[in-house]
Amino acid sequence: MQYAIKVNNLKKSYNENQVVKGINLQVKKGELFALLGPNGAGKTTTIHMLSTLLKPDGGTVLIGGVDVVKNAKDVRKKISLTGQFAALDEGLSGLQNLMLIAKLHGYSNKQARSIANTLTQSFDLFEARNRMVANYSGGMRRRLDIAASIVTQPDLIFLDEPSTGLDPQSRIQVWEVIRSLLKLGTTVLLTTQYLEEADQLADQIAVINKGTIIAEGTPNELKASVGEKTLSFRLTKPYEHKKICSILADQHALSVFEDDDPLVFKIPVIETRLANDAIHTLLVNEVPLDEFALGEPSLDEVFLALTESKHEEVVR
Amino acid sequence: MNITKNLSESLFTWDSSPKSTGALKATRTFIWRTVQNTKNNLFGYVFEAVLSPVIMLLIFSYLFGGAIAGSTNEYIQFLLPGILILTVVPLTVYSGTTICLDITKGVFNRFRTMPFWQPAAIFGPLITDGLRYTIALLSALAIGFLLGFRPEGGLLGTVLAILFIIFFAFSVSWIISSIGVIAKRPESVSGSSMMLIYPLMFASNILVDSATMPKWIQVIVELNPISIVTSAVRGLMSGTATTAEILGGIAICLFFIFVFAPITIYLYLSKNNR
Repeated sequence: MQYAIKVNNLKKSYNENQVVKGINLQVKKGELFALLGPNGAGKTTTIHMLSTLLKPDGGTVLIGGVDVVKNAKDVRKKISLTGQFAALDEGLSGLQNLMLIAKLHGYSNKQARSIANTLTQSFDLFEARNRMVANYSGGMRRRLDIAASIVTQPDLIFLDEPSTGLDPQSRIQVWEVIRSLLKLGTTVLLTTQYLEEADQLADQIAVINKGTIIAEGTPNELKASVGEKTLSFRLTKPYEHKKICSILADQHALSVFEDDDPLVFKIPVIETRLANDAIHTLLVNEVPLDEFALGEPSLDEVFLALTESKHEEVVR
Repeated sequence: MNITKNLSESLFTWDSSPKSTGALKATRTFIWRTVQNTKNNLFGYVFEAVLSPVIMLLIFSYLFGGAIAGSTNEYIQFLLPGILILTVVPLTVYSGTTICLDITKGVFNRFRTMPFWQPAAIFGPLITDGLRYTIALLSALAIGFLLGFRPEGGLLGTVLAILFIIFFAFSVSWIISSIGVIAKRPESVSGSSMMLIYPLMFASNILVDSATMPKWIQVIVELNPISIVTSAVRGLMSGTATTAEILGGIAICLFFIFVFAPITIYLYLSKNNR
């Protein structure tokens, strides 16, 4: 089958600093693929190489079977990029911004106006269409930005951190927009720092850290790779993480992860019986347990588990 | 908000095959964009392009006129051609800030992933800037007439002088545009352009005849491209232009264009925005 995106051993360095270290990706047509990773992981650099903005140092990228380096112009006809910061002309109105993009795609003035009008309606910007973008809120800018990306109904849309910096309400609106793009059959590659976002939207997730992909799969597969369930427990008073680790590692070969909350710890467990044993062991060792619960692991835990294990490998 | 329904309905209402856009259409679109921009910010533009030359003319002719040339009336005959240059050259900063804004805002990245003739993003704004220069020049000229300026070169000399100034400003735009592509922030474009422009403009024969200066300054002032251009404009407007003056002026414009236009376009097209 032909993939929407096929990336083979992609590399990029800035000066001495290797930002992307040999990435492989395959994105199927019509799916939403999320590139998940923290700041500085190489997400934007990767997206810039995939969207013809940046020339790779090594490796190949095929977009719908077309090579991005050898045939950039043909690739540009198939894709559109929504960058990390809303790419809009502040001195133009929302309508004029959309008209600009439509006209640059070759539509006449009249067609451009009608396209722009329709899109402002669909993206809930019709009332504000004649206002300067300089006066738009963050959420409105993002929606206008995405609207500008689909003026020509591209086969493939790149969204670089589409909901960074948005309030929860606007984020949900942007998610709705992204889901509608998928229903229309568009392939979407998005980058995000938010595990919840990837979990909500993605068919397939690749976790990227320090320029390499450290895990890939569906949201469910990634969760399963960490353990079927997660035991989380809270302590009544602070207790040493190392001590808890050593107790559980010695007796049950379990690994313990810290949470943002210093009183909360999380343990991936394969079966319920292990959680039972772990609690028992903790009580026997007089760890001051307050409450505990057994549930599905969140992507946060998946990410933590993946990056920590990588980190350990480096340390060794 | 029912986006899905609206979108799927609306998306089939227009022809979806994207074409690549040719040089002419793309450039026209960029002209359209900058004209809309100017319209949306008409007050700021009028203030800068129309009011500032008026204020400069009034200050220089009434405040300095008596001291420099003996009388206001005599001074304006000398001053006006130079004031036209003093009006237009700072406006070229727009050409640089427009490009730099696009690059810093990420608009550039979107343009770069679209299949149109890329240099249009530079040519379009420069052509609109030409229109802005024309308006600013005509209003400064009108005020000059009100203050008693009478070009001895007649209508032909005046028209040629205006066309020549526009050509000169266009050539300076290319220098500023190349700064706009390199600069990290739009503010530094105006900062560094002004650093370049103002010393050149004041160390020229715009305000004072170089014959009144000490010898060593005279050499510097006469080598200053702004002086060469001002002499040509002055000559055209007073009907005394020599062939050497005009050719010298045109040579400077062509030099700027042939050096900085390729540099700007090369830098723009090869820019990797991180």
